[in-house]
Amino acid sequence: MNHVAHKDYAGAKLGMWLFLFTELLLFGGLFLLYSAYLSRYPHEFAAAGRDMHVGFGTLNTVILITSSLLAAMAVTAIQRNERRNVLFFLGGTLLCAITFLFNKYLEWSAEIGNGIYPGSPRLIKGPPGESVFYSLYYLTVGLHGLHVLIGGTLLAVVAVRVKRGTVHAGDFVLLENGALYWHLVDLVWIFIFPLYYLIL
Amino acid sequence: MTQDNTAHHIISYGKLVTVWLALLALTGLTVWVAHHNVGIGHVWGSLAIACLKSGLVVAFFMHMKYEGRLLRWLLFIALVTLAIFIGFTFFDVLYR
Repeated sequence: MNHVAHKDYAGAKLGMWLFLFTELLLFGGLFLLYSAYLSRYPHEFAAAGRDMHVGFGTLNTVILITSSLLAAMAVTAIQRNERRNVLFFLGGTLLCAITFLFNKYLEWSAEIGNGIYPGSPRLIKGPPGESVFYSLYYLTVGLHGLHVLIGGTLLAVVAVRVKRGTVHAGDFVLLENGALYWHLVDLVWIFIFPLYYLIL
Repeated sequence: MTQDNTAHHIISYGKLVTVWLALLALTGLTVWVAHHNVGIGHVWGSLAIACLKSGLVVAFFMHMKYEGRLLRWLLFIALVTLAIFIGFTFFDVLYR
């Protein structure tokens, strides 16, 4: 029997997109909770939102947008069969992911140091709207951070395969799907940034 | 063998960098709007800018502009579903 590897490129990409739609609905649900509680506790949300670190938020927005650019450039590079460029761009994306998570660590450390974390004595004593705000903040941003970690790991695996030559110009759907996942991480942050850092 | 049943569109580096610059400019704009325009208008302004930014990411970085009808329709259905969820929830939250 002659085994010819069957590759359904369109099917592989369709599957990735269907998964991304479920992610969209997951984060959409969290944004829905945010807006429903915002309409119930507008003043508490505004007071808590003013304490957010806009500097960290803006810096991380720029980092994620840049990482998204590099991931998209990696896809262009592999289509043009420029392997060195693919590895260079993916390395840049990973560096951005690590920097993002490091900034998140600094930001959360500062907040936890100020006694702001779910169930902390300071939030229990405060108004209920404030603790709802910070619970949603830690849940949404934490879940997003987990996605950054997973996406970074995925792209690192893809980079190893590109280096070994198993992902190449003729078969790069793994890189394309990895990049799609990474762009979703960027998309979610594009909404987290104004909702939590800017509009309140 | 690799069976190629989709047309691969290669987006040039120049085009991707242009989209990146537009995204940076919109980020600057949204921070500026948040600090200079207090009131209910800046909520909708910020959300409009976020929608514009995600549109750029989906269209160019995620290649949706060059995909076939199936993926575009599925994206449309997913977004409409989300809009229905949000719409019905607020129908309840605002008029109870």
